[in-house]
Amino acid sequence: MRNAICLNSEYVCQRSRFPVWQKFAGYLDTWRFITYGLALTVALPLSVILWSFNYQTQEIWQHLARHMLADLLLNTAVLAAGVLTATLILGVSLAWLTGVCDFPGRKIFTWALLLPIAMPTYVLAFVTLGLMDFSGPVQTFFRAWFPASTGWFPNVRSAGGIIIVMSLALYPYVYLLARGAFRTQGKRAMEAAQSLGWSRTSSFFKVALPMARPWIAGGLLLVLMEALADFGAVSIFNFDTFTTAIYKAWFGFFSLPAAAQLSSILVIIIFVVIAVEQKARKKKRFTQSGRSEGQFDRIKLQGWKKWTAALFALTVLLIAFVIPFAQLLIWSAEIFNEEFNFRYLGFLWRSLFFALLASASIVFCSILLAYANRQHKDKLSRFCLRISTLGYALPGTVLAVGIVITITSVDKQLANILKMFFGYQSGSLIQGTITTVVAAYLIRFMAAGYNSVNSAMHRISGNLDEASISLGVKGVSLLRKVHVPILKTGILTAAMLVFVDVMKEMPITLMTRPFGWDTLAVKIFELTSEGEWERAALPAVALVLGGLIPVIILTKQTEK
Amino acid sequence: MIKRILVLTALTIFFVSLSATAFCKELVVYSARKEHLIRPLFEAYTKETGVKINYITDKAAVLMQRVKAEGQATPADLLITVDAGNLWHAAQEGILQPVSSKILSENIPSHLRDPGNRWFGLSIRARTIVYNLQKAAPNELSTYENLAEPKWKGRLLLRTSKKVYNQSLVAMLMTEHGEAKTEEIIRGWVKNLAAPPFSSDTKVLEAIAAGQGDVGIVNTYYVGRVLKKKPNLPLRIFWPNQNANGVHVNVSGGGVVAHSQHKEAAIKLLEWLSSEQAQNLYADVNLEYPANPRVSPDPVVAAWGKFKQNPINLDNAGKFQVRAIQLMDRAGYR
Repeated sequence: MRNAICLNSEYVCQRSRFPVWQKFAGYLDTWRFITYGLALTVALPLSVILWSFNYQTQEIWQHLARHMLADLLLNTAVLAAGVLTATLILGVSLAWLTGVCDFPGRKIFTWALLLPIAMPTYVLAFVTLGLMDFSGPVQTFFRAWFPASTGWFPNVRSAGGIIIVMSLALYPYVYLLARGAFRTQGKRAMEAAQSLGWSRTSSFFKVALPMARPWIAGGLLLVLMEALADFGAVSIFNFDTFTTAIYKAWFGFFSLPAAAQLSSILVIIIFVVIAVEQKARKKKRFTQSGRSEGQFDRIKLQGWKKWTAALFALTVLLIAFVIPFAQLLIWSAEIFNEEFNFRYLGFLWRSLFFALLASASIVFCSILLAYANRQHKDKLSRFCLRISTLGYALPGTVLAVGIVITITSVDKQLANILKMFFGYQSGSLIQGTITTVVAAYLIRFMAAGYNSVNSAMHRISGNLDEASISLGVKGVSLLRKVHVPILKTGILTAAMLVFVDVMKEMPITLMTRPFGWDTLAVKIFELTSEGEWERAALPAVALVLGGLIPVIILTKQTEK
Repeated sequence: MIKRILVLTALTIFFVSLSATAFCKELVVYSARKEHLIRPLFEAYTKETGVKINYITDKAAVLMQRVKAEGQATPADLLITVDAGNLWHAAQEGILQPVSSKILSENIPSHLRDPGNRWFGLSIRARTIVYNLQKAAPNELSTYENLAEPKWKGRLLLRTSKKVYNQSLVAMLMTEHGEAKTEEIIRGWVKNLAAPPFSSDTKVLEAIAAGQGDVGIVNTYYVGRVLKKKPNLPLRIFWPNQNANGVHVNVSGGGVVAHSQHKEAAIKLLEWLSSEQAQNLYADVNLEYPANPRVSPDPVVAAWGKFKQNPINLDNAGKFQVRAIQLMDRAGYR
């Protein structure tokens, strides 16, 4: 059959010339519209933000340029570079160790190293500061026992400090995706490399690493967006980055347009980074080689190597999770009796509810989007795709405003229509509903879901599609019967990432939640903004524990 | 299977959305004052009058933006926020309406409310000097301005200039001294810093107690909070500028939203909040000073002694806020 032998995706577009494909082509168009629709949903609040360029904000720009911008840009660049490097090294090395090698405690580290993902960056930041700053127990201890060491301790609230905190909080994104890549690479590639007489090290750098590129890049992209858009952790450290200028423009100068203009610069940077990365890997394919996907033999580390590996993993785990979590538990225990009441169950339940609903919808959309992207690689589709994942790059609060403005104007239109046609005077119809909140999360977190689903989609060889289509399995059934089962790990990863991200999310929840729908993150916001760090430990512990649920499910499902 | 899950999800969303939108008949408050500080009051009010209050909390600027975006369709009746600068902006943006109420004008002193009666202070927050009694003596201290003197080099600790409390403090200094003199003072402060500015008053207090610096400027209720937990810390409050204009005070307060659908009820709530019975609860829950002068503060707060308040209208905190921020940026106060 014709279709069985066509291998490249460009061919898909030419098919409509053949009458047999006419019907199918119409079908393909529905897939296109999914891409367009999602892009439009995200583009609305984004364009509200871009619209800000119509406002005069010269005075604020002049002030910022004169007194702040140089420092801010330098700080931001240092932060981004530092966090990217550190998460790349931590994430990839740990993924390689637990995914491909074997060393003492590997099975535990495999899932335990994911735990920090449940810890919001701002929580890790305030715990670290509580422990390590001048008045914290560590420095107090040193001053008491080694008076000579006074002044020797480096300033924690510095570029180095914030880079370490952010890297420890964010490396799991890279770890998770890179590990998935290493696990699904199959053994053929490495065998081939070694048959060429390459050492393990050089085959890692020349074969395994390049083959894992879309995953690692996807993880790093999430990290970059998180780091650039972060406001919580940097403000706890009083470390001024680009977001500082954004918030200063809004909360200080009361100019939302200026804040929006500054934010759109962030969006443009991310947009360019994505474009460059996609261009660079456009010609490459990352499908599995050969059919033997079976468990490859792990590299058994020997002697000092295995203990070094174990020690490395243990150190990361201790600093990134065990110690901060223990501190949170201690603080919670101190205030538990006065702080805890049954409303906390409500906070927890609502956090979980939002997270579950959002991750279900986002994963669903991600699968459709990734499939649509597989079918159509034309320029417009690719552009739309990039748009639909841009929400992650904006500082949450600014995006939230874009969303609220969009929602209220839709609401006004709806109310007008109802009044015109039915004479019914309604209040707001969609604002403050769960649907709106979930839609807002969708706009914000599409990237988190899409990146992992899509990179898993890269592993599926085009041949499989051709074979399936030749057997009459196409469209939705191709996706459902063939792709989804293969994508299982990618889908679960996406679900977990989104779940945890939504649990941790603050500004959008604050701004769009219905009355009385306070979540754990909202509670943390209220307490920390009053400087009540210790009391915030209780909701933080609940948040971390809630976030652990999907981490456990994911590891159970993927590590059989 | 997938179908069933989808239908179920859709139904859940639908029903929960419906239940969440039913809020029409009650008062709605947007509050930048945090939930744990206002909830006890709302509960008391509901118990007394039967009026149910729905509220949502967020940052002040965010809530104002939301009211603006919602326009005439806003569900909000009352806006409660901290800091006079924020209240001034809310009035300036036209999202608050003037309220003429005899009760409010009687209960709230005139320097703690908008000259146009669009907002009313409900509690007073004194921003004062705190010192470590092992490292500084009260007779060394005199005024905010004095902290710029070289004798405080390496001894001063401050919170970040991004916090609105400091912006209001500097704005009020600007009303007294003008821009040039104030900038000189701020530059002096920055020169004297013992550590980079902190993200919160609590951190400033902890650092002073640990000896990283000797003095700092904070709101008194943070001192109350810290000392309540660790009474043995060597922290003491000093009332500055007593021979000049007095201690810088700020307010938390509120106003009726311009497009409120329940204006009368909103005014009633505001009046109740300024009443003697509510004022105690409002201020004491956070160890602040009641705005109503007939109400005495919490015993812990009263023990810090009486002090002279700066009587200049807080309106100025808003008027000069932007310039105050620009000034602090110029002076290198992060």
